[in-house]
Amino acid sequence: METPAIQQGGIKEFRKGTDFFRILCWVASAATVATLAWILVEITRQAWPAIEKFGFGFVTGARWLPNREVFGVLPFLVGTATSSLIALVFALPLGLAVAIFLSEDFLPLPVRQVVRFTVEMLAAIPSVVYGLWGIFVVIPLVQQFGSWAMVACKDIPVLKEIFAGPAYGNSLLTASLVLALMILPTITAISRTALVAVPGTLREGAYALGSTRWEAILGVILPTAAPGIVAATILALGRAMGETMAIAMLIGNSSRLSWSLLSPAGTLAGLLANQFGEAEGLQMNSLMLAALLLVILTLFVNMAGEAVLRYTEKQTAGIR
Amino acid sequence: MSDTTAERTDFLARATASGSGKRSFGNKILSIVCVGLAFLTLIPLCSIIFLVLKNGLPLLSLSVFTDLPPAPGLTGGGFGNALIGTLLMVGLALVLATPFGILSAIYVNEYAPASELAKTVRFVAKLLTGIPSIIAGVFAYAVVVLATGGFSAWAGGFALAILVLPTILLTAEQALMGVPKSFREASYGLGATNFQTIWRIVLPDALPAMMTGVMLAVARAAGETAPLLFTALFSQYWIQSLKEPTASLSVLIYNFSTTFDDHQKQMAWTASLVLVVLVTLANISAQVVFRKR
Repeated sequence: METPAIQQGGIKEFRKGTDFFRILCWVASAATVATLAWILVEITRQAWPAIEKFGFGFVTGARWLPNREVFGVLPFLVGTATSSLIALVFALPLGLAVAIFLSEDFLPLPVRQVVRFTVEMLAAIPSVVYGLWGIFVVIPLVQQFGSWAMVACKDIPVLKEIFAGPAYGNSLLTASLVLALMILPTITAISRTALVAVPGTLREGAYALGSTRWEAILGVILPTAAPGIVAATILALGRAMGETMAIAMLIGNSSRLSWSLLSPAGTLAGLLANQFGEAEGLQMNSLMLAALLLVILTLFVNMAGEAVLRYTEKQTAGIR
Repeated sequence: MSDTTAERTDFLARATASGSGKRSFGNKILSIVCVGLAFLTLIPLCSIIFLVLKNGLPLLSLSVFTDLPPAPGLTGGGFGNALIGTLLMVGLALVLATPFGILSAIYVNEYAPASELAKTVRFVAKLLTGIPSIIAGVFAYAVVVLATGGFSAWAGGFALAILVLPTILLTAEQALMGVPKSFREASYGLGATNFQTIWRIVLPDALPAMMTGVMLAVARAAGETAPLLFTALFSQYWIQSLKEPTASLSVLIYNFSTTFDDHQKQMAWTASLVLVVLVTLANISAQVVFRKR
């Protein structure tokens, strides 16, 4: 009788192969975790001279003057925050409407699939193509709107600051509009998942009590899906803060602080894209520090988003 | 008897006349607004696609794939070197990231799903997904460009690899989760070792779904500009080696879109058309060709 392979080679021969592959997989896993740490450590190391020189003044300094070696990142922090928040203001209602549209049956399935495919396509278009499109379409539109709004709002107290001229095409408003379009797919996809996860029994209950479709949506379904929608918003915010190319092409890259939506501004990511190529010495260190700030901000926002998403999963698991 | 019937019709009449009339009207308005907003989002996308086709098609010919980028003021030319550069660096990124991504996924899902390391890997992968793409460029600049003393295709490929690693890892993990538990049990039942089960049973079954992740990674990497700006830089010439500055489609679009030369601007649109087609093909193949299950 033939002896099985396992007895010929001995069980140890098998274990060796197993162990080697297991170790290989372990090393790959450890390397993945180490990558994130490596990114943080390396950028911090490169930024160290700037940290020593400027300290906390780097964050509060309002002037970025490479010629005089004065580096303050406040205008870019403000620009990153405002452009992302304005983008959210535009994208949230729109994204939520699309998510509701996709999870309800207003129109037959094929139509909804076309809309869904379209929104997914929006996510696939490269950032630089958004920038090119923005230069040709959104900049002229914003310029026209700006020249009108500048005149129309010149006597209204707060609005006259927000729409103060001159109306540049490369402005905070232009960048925020294109940014809104770019984060729309994120909001739609995650909100839709949250809406679809609401148990059908809740909707049936609302209908049985005599509510109309929208009373059910606004009173029962949206509140149940709310944590998921909050997570979608936070993750979209994280994406908006890190978006680089379209912003660098459209925002005008100015380091001047301004209240006006119509004047050029700058973001951390845009600053890096613009100045990294020809920077040296202390400017390079300062740019590395700006990069470090950007990583920490986005990591923080994303962690918050993931935490809310995880909380949501736990909550809905109870209802199901 | 007739009293109650009268009451009932009375109630129904009142209900339709006042309250529920208003309610169903409000219901209709909201539905129309919602559908309207949903279709509003189609307008920008249609505008982008229309303009990319309208401005990109006139210059599209076979020679744009074989010629070098035009200097300002000249006509003709193409972006052959940029197309090759993009494909090359995406290829490098895959070669660097795929083994790490798939092996990590195997560890996380097959060897020690509940371990601390596995939990950390999942968490880190999600965080890496959210890292701004320009940070990958900054990191590759610090690690590769500063260390080797120059811009190179290697640096560009490395930056892209950092970006696609989480995509490959997370989809590979999903793919492994999709393999039925009974397959593994049957394999163990027949006396196979852990390694044999993974290598001969689990991996072949999960492979098509893993390829989805790789194609998604191609789509993501091909469109990225920010990580290449100061790692691969750009080049006017054909690529000679992986150690020199390398052109890419996305950086070409960025450079040409901000010039004052009209022909270069047109070329930026044509390059956009090619890039969008490339990315869309990668996305569609990720969703259709490999989803055979």
